[in-house]
Amino acid sequence: MKSGWAHRLLLLPAALWLLVMLVLPLLVVFVFSFGERAPAGGYIPAFSFDNYLNLPARLTAFKNTLILAPLGTLAALLIAYPLAYYLAIKASAKIRTTLLVMIIVPFWTSILIRTYAWIYILGGRGIPQLLEWIGIEGVRLINTPYAVLIGIIYGYLPLMVFPIYVSLEKFDKRLLEASEDLGAPPLKTFRDVTLPLSIPGIATGCMLVFILLMGEFLIPALLGGGKVFFVGNALVDLFLQSRNWTYGSAVAAALVIIMLVTVSIYMKLIMRGAGQREDVSLI
Amino acid sequence: MGMRIYAIVIYLFLYLPIGIIVLFSFNAGRHASDFHGFSVKWYGKVLSNPFAMDALATSVTVAFVTALLASIFGTMAALGLQQFKGRLRVLFDAAIYIAIMIPGIVIGIATLIALVTAFGYLNPALAATWPEWLGDAPQLKMGRLSLIAAHTMFTMALVIVIVRARIDGMDRTLIEASADLYATPMGTFWQVTLPQIFPAVLAGFLLSFTFSFDDFIIAFFVAGSETTLPIYVFSSIRRGVTPEINAIGTMVLAVSLSLLIAAQIMLRRRDRPTRVESQ
Repeated sequence: MKSGWAHRLLLLPAALWLLVMLVLPLLVVFVFSFGERAPAGGYIPAFSFDNYLNLPARLTAFKNTLILAPLGTLAALLIAYPLAYYLAIKASAKIRTTLLVMIIVPFWTSILIRTYAWIYILGGRGIPQLLEWIGIEGVRLINTPYAVLIGIIYGYLPLMVFPIYVSLEKFDKRLLEASEDLGAPPLKTFRDVTLPLSIPGIATGCMLVFILLMGEFLIPALLGGGKVFFVGNALVDLFLQSRNWTYGSAVAAALVIIMLVTVSIYMKLIMRGAGQREDVSLI
Repeated sequence: MGMRIYAIVIYLFLYLPIGIIVLFSFNAGRHASDFHGFSVKWYGKVLSNPFAMDALATSVTVAFVTALLASIFGTMAALGLQQFKGRLRVLFDAAIYIAIMIPGIVIGIATLIALVTAFGYLNPALAATWPEWLGDAPQLKMGRLSLIAAHTMFTMALVIVIVRARIDGMDRTLIEASADLYATPMGTFWQVTLPQIFPAVLAGFLLSFTFSFDDFIIAFFVAGSETTLPIYVFSSIRRGVTPEINAIGTMVLAVSLSLLIAAQIMLRRRDRPTRVESQ
């Protein structure tokens, strides 16, 4: 296989597929977002910014997303960090692989079924009923922002644990011993050695979770009961129910733009702080 | 000690909800609160429900074809890419990165409006140029094929990443040795390269199947009038929580779990030294 043509041929199917099923469709969204709505919901060629100027009509969805996505990311980080620390530094090598696989597996199993489980748990016959037995009445969990937050943490925890684990696992453990030998109390060792060295992992984890959360639909749809509305829910409504493709395209484009902007600002801050980023395989 | 307890609590948090679904799928009673003992009657109900079975068949077909296409084209691309350095490589990497990072919902929307628009132009053209002796011109519409195309796009990117990691970690001296011993390029590929990357290809196949089988959001936009299992489950949940959903959920989890564990075993194989068989 020396000839360049053979290699070009190998690339051809994948290249065509990415062009037709990814690049062109994304361009169509971009073009549609400047168009005008046809009576049946389709597209009339035009060049106007009306769709973008109308974005405030869906302000609540953007607001909810931009509040709950960072909040969910932060909560996932706070819960994931000690676990990643345990896995990388405290857990015995014998069980470590098993424990790691047990973190990855839920991430790859149906998020729909896993979210559905929480309808069961948070619904009227779940935790609220248990609370009634011990005398606490009138607690409502399902269809509240709290339920959505729990669902988010549950769904995205594995994605946060993994990059942090990788960065903690990689650094030289002798640094911890050195710090201890030099008389640093554990908390100071953590603050001055462990935490700074794990920042690339934290950055990667937060970025992955944040990006995926921005496009979330299922968790708010199932646990928020139509009361906690994300941009994803607005998009489903615009494309499948009210069939306003041009305006929907503008909403989708705005979502991607906000995502890109926040991520690049974030990356810049992190790069300045730590100098590098962690590349992590989630498989 | 404290850390270990913390870890146990988190693992419980991760697995308890799944456990509850499995547990209540075997509950004879209708609700969580009336546990009437062990029964498989909800499984019987699901298996005799034609809508659920149709959805299952659609999901399995789509996932299988997706995984096949993604692992073949993805592996081809990963092999081809190792020879390229310049602009082509950068473009390809950017496309793969975008495919993986763009939210599924945006991929779903983009595919929907692009294909519906394209079909709007193609169908009249097809009808006008279709030879009469072939009968009626086929109508292009959203359905299984569009869903397979969309799933293949994403999972192919995934396979490229997995297989490429394996190629990078591969022992190149073996390929050179094979060439020095006058093996044809095809011979080298079948006897040296493929056996080395095969675990990664298989893992890519299994992960692609799992992704396609579990995907809801892309299918929601792209599947047209077809119902996949996740779409069926979603619309059932909308109508109310029933023990049947627990049974379907348990089955879906069992399928994903076994495929995932198989994929993990395949991927971990790379940690072991490669054994060259002498015959």
